[in-house]
Amino acid sequence: MATFGSFALLIALALAAYNLLAGALALRLLATGQPAPVSPERLADTARRAGIAGFVAISAAAFALIWSVFTNDFSITYILEHSNRALPGPYKFSALWSGQEGSLLLWAWLLATYGFVLRLTHKTDVKLYAYAGTILAAIQVFFLAILNFAAPPFALMRGAIPEDGNGLNPLLQYPEMVIHPPMLYLGYVGFSVPFAFGLGALMMRYPGEKWIKITRVWTMVTWLFLTCGIFLGMHWAYAVLGWGGYWGWDPVENASFMPWLTGTAFLHSVMMQEKKGMMKSWNVWLVFSTFLLTMLGTLLTRAGLVSSVHAFAQSSIGTWFVAFMVIVLAVCIFTYVLQRSHLKAEHHLESLVSRESSFLFNNLVLLTSCFVILWGTLFPVISEYVVGNKVTMGAPWYNRVAIPIGLFLLFLTGVGPLLPWRATSLRSIRRNFIIPIIALWAAVIVALALGVNPMKDGQFDNGNFYALIAFALSAGVMAAILSEFFRGAGVISRQTGKNLFSAMYLLTRRNTRRYGGYIIHIGVVIVVIGLAGSAFNTNKESEMSIHDKLVIPPYTLEQVGATQDSNANYDSEWAMLDVYKDGKKQFQMLPEKRVYHASQQPQTMVAIHSNILWDLYVIYEGTNPSTNQPIIKAIINPLVSWIWAGVALVAFGTFIALVPSLTPATASLRVPATRAVPTEPVLHGGD
Amino acid sequence: MGATDMRASRRITFWLKTAQALALAVAVCFSLGATDAGKRYNDLNHRLMCTCGCAEILGECNHVGCPSSEGELDELRTGIAGGQTDKQIFDSFAAKYGATVLAAPTTEGFNLVAWIAPFAVFAAALLGTILLVRHWSVGKSELAAEPEPNSEMAALRDRIRHETGNEGGF
Repeated sequence: MATFGSFALLIALALAAYNLLAGALALRLLATGQPAPVSPERLADTARRAGIAGFVAISAAAFALIWSVFTNDFSITYILEHSNRALPGPYKFSALWSGQEGSLLLWAWLLATYGFVLRLTHKTDVKLYAYAGTILAAIQVFFLAILNFAAPPFALMRGAIPEDGNGLNPLLQYPEMVIHPPMLYLGYVGFSVPFAFGLGALMMRYPGEKWIKITRVWTMVTWLFLTCGIFLGMHWAYAVLGWGGYWGWDPVENASFMPWLTGTAFLHSVMMQEKKGMMKSWNVWLVFSTFLLTMLGTLLTRAGLVSSVHAFAQSSIGTWFVAFMVIVLAVCIFTYVLQRSHLKAEHHLESLVSRESSFLFNNLVLLTSCFVILWGTLFPVISEYVVGNKVTMGAPWYNRVAIPIGLFLLFLTGVGPLLPWRATSLRSIRRNFIIPIIALWAAVIVALALGVNPMKDGQFDNGNFYALIAFALSAGVMAAILSEFFRGAGVISRQTGKNLFSAMYLLTRRNTRRYGGYIIHIGVVIVVIGLAGSAFNTNKESEMSIHDKLVIPPYTLEQVGATQDSNANYDSEWAMLDVYKDGKKQFQMLPEKRVYHASQQPQTMVAIHSNILWDLYVIYEGTNPSTNQPIIKAIINPLVSWIWAGVALVAFGTFIALVPSLTPATASLRVPATRAVPTEPVLHGGD
Repeated sequence: MGATDMRASRRITFWLKTAQALALAVAVCFSLGATDAGKRYNDLNHRLMCTCGCAEILGECNHVGCPSSEGELDELRTGIAGGQTDKQIFDSFAAKYGATVLAAPTTEGFNLVAWIAPFAVFAAALLGTILLVRHWSVGKSELAAEPEPNSEMAALRDRIRHETGNEGGF
């Protein structure tokens, strides 16, 4: 199977190289109109078909690796290092992305899958898709070159083949690890597609804004995957790492967040280009930057530039990524300089207080946030280079710098939709803002009454201060969005006689993009409320013998016993804790500690009990060696479930925004390319 | 000076004072911290890193059998009990474990750049954007661009927007 996999990767590289070269030649011939022995259209079509065949070849390689994991083929080094016989089936599957070679193969496979879909749907706009397909082939060549020459997943063991493998990293043996990395990769890799369309459109001086509409669906799907991937990672960190938090500003976490920020900025600013013909250069660079940031993220994960809890992924292929990023940046700059005249804005902003300006400021804040995170991630390297002294940029730094900027972004989330296009008047500001401002102040009063007091016990409390602002702004933004929903639904209700909820449904169907966007914003507000809850975390830690109690209001935990178990993969110990509230037993929690046989690494498995107000989070930290009693840490994490609920709403809103509206607006997407781009030479697909 | 100008001047003064109050509030929140002993211990252990290589905050490192965190926490408790100031505690940790033990850079020397750069970039970008938009503005007062709407006109416009589905993006 190793030979088959290696051969499949070589074939895939050859096909990707042909796709790139033949595609580039065909597009060049078409652009210059030079006579050629082969019809450029036919040449371009063979390139496209090579891309499709490449998908089959990479799928075969991925299948070979998965087959090898399931058949315990420890003659392959990768399988030996990331699996063992006792590893449960789902985790054997996740071994595909648990190491460098496998995760690069996953990257190439997903890129090929995106490319496959793109090449099959090429009739939407044959020429633009030919450009995009060729650019994707160039990216594919890079990944396949690494897979064939620098990090081969089918490299064979030297010497005697061991009876069993080293096993999967215990941190990765958790159900979400079967979903989180593919989701994140779907997001990372997916941004290659908008990049390919953006660069292709610029290279061919694509007339009009249709490429933006084509790209939008790809970008939104990709953004959704990345969003879900990031939050699944947060949930994994929360449930597995056992420190009670979900986001530690780790460089690798930051690496996934940066393209999310620029991608979000693009999804907003692209509307300015569609509706007003503005910010064309800005959008092109947002697409370029997002793609480059996904590469930087991979570089940070792999190259070991900065210390991270994801250090297990480090390797020596950083140089390849640096070289690739330099080439990509050079191509982007060259193309931009050459074609910048094509990106002249058709309109300019007319007022500081308008919907357009709010988009501009929204982009400004998102990009500043991206800069802050990039700065925080790279400053240790910069500091070491400049003054020879490495420093740590941990959560305290990010919390002080990023939270105020994040709150400003939340403010804009509420303000933007209330401003009309072009310009506004004081009277319309008053009319639109009165309800959100009332909600904001009502939230301040309620929060203060509930004890969210920045001056608690006569001392200023940063956490409470930020939480108070977050709650107040959240209430204001929520009121702003809901008032928009109700205002629109009211008009439809009066028109059609439908009740308010039916009217709201119809309103959303008529403009799924706008109201889907609002639902996403509501989801973001709910996430922010959940994040603000972290200001009120409390924790207690205690060594507990039988019938000892640990009080963490509103609960009392009583240690009622301990138990042990063993299976082929690990040994485990549980502490059994009865949980009381108001003197009544509510439930039992079983925090666990495991020791994995293959790696001999210990791992905590926290016990979590969630409700809408808080999570009770219990960790079995180990035993005191002198007394042999378990050490239990309990944390009350307020409002954490709001974060997961908010993300679900963000995903739902994105689905809504992807559904075509009842209006004829989306129909233009289905116009054949021959009519949409009449002035350009037109390629015709072969099938 | 006309009544309109007076009103505009009052509005500007109001917004300036609001901005000053906000800036003061932010300054206060950056300059003050907790002083209660338990709270201080919790605060300080969240401003130090575990040195075992796990890259986690000291107060949050709980990995089984960590060789470093317990010793560091003991040192922290001793420092607080001995009446050391926050700076003395941080200095002693930095001297023993290196500057990377501090979860955030100090506000001295080159480290100051770490703190200033984000806000400087944000301020410069904000200012640049405002100046650019003002430059683009077509000369008219931004408030005069939209005529004072009466409620009938506003309702009609809403109705047209919703009926045509042409409501713009979100």
